[in-house]
Amino acid sequence: METALQTKTLTLVQAITDGLDTMLGESKEVILLGEDIGKNGGVFRATDGLQEKYGEDRVIDTPLSEAGFVGAAIGMAVNGFRPVVEIQFLGFIYPAYEQIMTHASRLRMRTMGHYTVPMVIRAPYGAGVRAPEIHCDSTESLFTHMPGMKVVCPSNAYDAKGLMIAAIEDPDPVLFLEPMRSYRSSRGEVPEGKYTVEIGKGKKLTEGEDVTVISWGAMVPVAMKAAEEMKQKGVNCEVLDLRTLYPIDKDLVIESVQKTGRTVIVHEAHATGGTGSDLISLINDEAFLYQKAPAERVTGYDTPVPYFGFEDHYLPTPKRVAAAIEKVMKF
Amino acid sequence: MEKDFPIFQVMDQNGNIVSEEYKDLVTEERVKKFYSEMVRIRTLDRKSISLQRQGRIGTYAPFEGQEASQVGTALALDSEDWMFPTYRDHGAATVFGHSLRNILLFWNGRNEGCVPPDGKKIFPPAIPIATQIPHAAGAAFAEKQKGTRNAAICYFGDGATSEGDFHEGLNFASVFKSPVVYFCQNNQYAISVPISKQMNSATIAQKSLAYDIPGVRVDGNDVFAVFAETEKALERARNGEGPTLIEAMTWRYGSHTTADDATKYRDQGESALKRMETDPLLRLERWLKNEGLYDEAWVKEVEEQAAAEIDAAVQEMEKFPKADPAVIFDYVFEKPTWTIEKQKREYLELIGGEA
Repeated sequence: METALQTKTLTLVQAITDGLDTMLGESKEVILLGEDIGKNGGVFRATDGLQEKYGEDRVIDTPLSEAGFVGAAIGMAVNGFRPVVEIQFLGFIYPAYEQIMTHASRLRMRTMGHYTVPMVIRAPYGAGVRAPEIHCDSTESLFTHMPGMKVVCPSNAYDAKGLMIAAIEDPDPVLFLEPMRSYRSSRGEVPEGKYTVEIGKGKKLTEGEDVTVISWGAMVPVAMKAAEEMKQKGVNCEVLDLRTLYPIDKDLVIESVQKTGRTVIVHEAHATGGTGSDLISLINDEAFLYQKAPAERVTGYDTPVPYFGFEDHYLPTPKRVAAAIEKVMKF
Repeated sequence: MEKDFPIFQVMDQNGNIVSEEYKDLVTEERVKKFYSEMVRIRTLDRKSISLQRQGRIGTYAPFEGQEASQVGTALALDSEDWMFPTYRDHGAATVFGHSLRNILLFWNGRNEGCVPPDGKKIFPPAIPIATQIPHAAGAAFAEKQKGTRNAAICYFGDGATSEGDFHEGLNFASVFKSPVVYFCQNNQYAISVPISKQMNSATIAQKSLAYDIPGVRVDGNDVFAVFAETEKALERARNGEGPTLIEAMTWRYGSHTTADDATKYRDQGESALKRMETDPLLRLERWLKNEGLYDEAWVKEVEEQAAAEIDAAVQEMEKFPKADPAVIFDYVFEKPTWTIEKQKREYLELIGGEA
């Protein structure tokens, strides 16, 4: 059945606001918490106007204490609410890591489902916006490694709103990574009202037979640019936007790799222990004999994300991605 | 600072009432109720240590000496309130209505042990230090948002007050006037670190000043003092006046856990002396004797009842069906992810249904 939905053109961050607005309007259980999210509308304006619309009891400016308000949100989630917590930058989540690791992610298991934590943790992440140190970390694998957490990462406005609504409706805790670099860099058509993008499902952005290029979040435009350049050289890339980092969309990845036999993974997180390593393990498990070349990773380095004077050296670029594609083609 | 936070007592260590305005609180009926609950949890505690020594349960955290703090608080709660215990507060949890069988199952390494009986809002015991303090702030805040008169009690020890989560949780609860009672059992040692090395403050109660909430010190071995202060703090909470910090001065006679040896870091003579002077059970016995109400046959009956009840719970725990390994896979998410499903399938195939 086709429904003609009204759409509007939004940036990624506006789509997030729209998703939060939709869910605040739908259910009194949804409650937002974080530093500066009320009057100020969040440092990136992701909650702009929501406190005015829904009141101080539902869009709550909290004290500056990540462990405190994430912990309090766990208590609220257990007691009937669906809290959406904003961490100003993923790099500021570390004080709350204990709360997430030792409680949010395992309360369901500890109590055999008696208590659950339907909570969303929103965190802008990533380099490339000339932010001070620590503000630009991309440490998603700390959370994909954590049993009991789902991790999602939209790359565009449509997915951002649909994934946000799915995350709020999810009965388990979800880390919602927001690529700062993509917040306002492009616009997309976003349906009005409620719709979801399924957690655990990636998306094929281009069809190609030669190489599978897998990325997510702010690296999707980088992968797309490299794929366009390679097309001029006669190499057809199948670009996948993973969208969910845990659980990974196994079928999408494997089907594509079985077709192309070559893989390039692009992420800005550090290489060692990054999601790229998991993808390669998955490919080895499910498509080992289809491979024509070892998978290549184009990643940030195993260094702290450097001061912004150096970030262009740290971040994957279309040039680095293109070089990796050429390498797997020539193997 | 210490003089600004005097230690509140209803009954001194000799069993004499020292706070006249609370005189009516101490009745024979109440003394006997409090006494028998304390006997019950002390019996549980001693039995658990013995079960651990016999290898019938895992590492165990004893609380002997802290019975007045746990019984006095738990009996002050209403049945709709929340309880956030640590791993040393199963005495309080069972007085509040947790099943003895599940408490023993927890110490036996079973997930079932974290599940409270229907209708009882008891969180699983917090294993990290102080992390339950923000949870209680949030769960209590949720009660306030829902417009109920329910409150929460949150237990922790002296060591927890050094953790960031203590301060973040108290601050949050204070800002949002969460209806929560923060109850610190200051048993003087965080494993081996004595309170003198834990903090330079004279009291824990004074930390309440920073959050502009009431802070009180009570004799944690005086069950009536604990009960009275907890009731008062709960009433404040229910009336929308926000959290209270209670510091109960107490002592654990034993080690931190059965894997720890207290003789290494403290003089056992001190514990023995404290037991003679301030034991919470002896205090009630002394009151009964002072009043000419002490009845040896009744005490024996209480002890036998407690032993029988706990023996029955041990049997229930030991007869409990063998652990199903599927449990470790089935409760991580509402629906297992494909990775967990695959791991479960492979593991169960490997063991062929044999756990």
